[in-house]
Amino acid sequence: MSRQRSPYTLGFLDGLPFLLVIAPVGLLFGVVATEAGLDILQALAFSIVVIAGAAQFTAVALMQDQVPVLIVIATALAVNLRMAMYSAALTPFLGTAPLWQRALVAYLNVDQTYALASARYEDFPGWTVRQRVAYFLGAATPVCPMWYVFTVIGALIGAGLPDWLALDFAVPICFLAIIAPALKTLAHVAAAVTSVVLALALAVLPFRLGLLVAALAAMAVGAAVETWTARRAGRRAAA
Amino acid sequence: MSAPIDAATIWIVIAALGAGSWLIRFSFLGLIGDREMPPLAMRLLRYTPVAVLPGLVAPYVVWPDATGGEPDAARMLAALVTLGVGLWRRSMLPAVGAGAVTLYAVLALQAWL
Repeated sequence: MSRQRSPYTLGFLDGLPFLLVIAPVGLLFGVVATEAGLDILQALAFSIVVIAGAAQFTAVALMQDQVPVLIVIATALAVNLRMAMYSAALTPFLGTAPLWQRALVAYLNVDQTYALASARYEDFPGWTVRQRVAYFLGAATPVCPMWYVFTVIGALIGAGLPDWLALDFAVPICFLAIIAPALKTLAHVAAAVTSVVLALALAVLPFRLGLLVAALAAMAVGAAVETWTARRAGRRAAA
Repeated sequence: MSAPIDAATIWIVIAALGAGSWLIRFSFLGLIGDREMPPLAMRLLRYTPVAVLPGLVAPYVVWPDATGGEPDAARMLAALVTLGVGLWRRSMLPAVGAGAVTLYAVLALQAWL
């Protein structure tokens, strides 16, 4: 079946189910941004210009706590550092595409489109670079514009929501729901535990600097545990 | 309620975060080409989500603003259920659903008692 479909159409169909995630999270961002005092244009600008849910929530939460701008930016960018890995992983498949297409793919390179593309590029090793770009744009078509649309809807609903909804806790629940399935290996668990313990222990530091320190230490712990488990597995295989 | 966020701050953060995020996404694809990434860099980057997000969330779970920083059973239980269901089902949506149900159930119970 999929042989008759163009890569663009295949990407579009693959991207559709992600609306189940994009819609509620986009809605929530609109609501949370409005509650924090952003107007609709600012909330929408966030979703169009930054186009990264976790980093957007992080930035809004830190701004609300009156954290200095540079630390807001540094911490939110740290959340997005994983995308350098996505960029590196796509390079063997898309590296020879025209510059403007690579620039466009970079803009649309979010968790969902990356996950789909990296899986499908393995499924269809015969695709030309042009077809791969078409697939990527197809996957982004339902995902990215709907992120903007639901941000606006959320911002319109916005501050009218009552206190008993306890929306202060919607973002922590969302983040925990992202974190739990990501705890795939001992190294991931070690990184997460380090992050929690240090962030709480260093909460006395001003400007949420504790979070930045905790994150950097947790990355190092994750990498160290991975190195250690790989070495141990290698030794066991050799024995 | 905390003090309102200054409009200039919001626009600076949007612009800088947008530019920085795009540069991160463009980095290898655009500039570095298909040169190999150092393995240590890959190893560190793999852990950025689980290194940043848990530390970001932890204070909101332990010392929520809504209760003036007092630990709160509803929020803590909701956090544990979200984490547990997320680990069990390996999927985001059931975890969010279970966490929200727990939060509202315990909040309702607290209001009723």
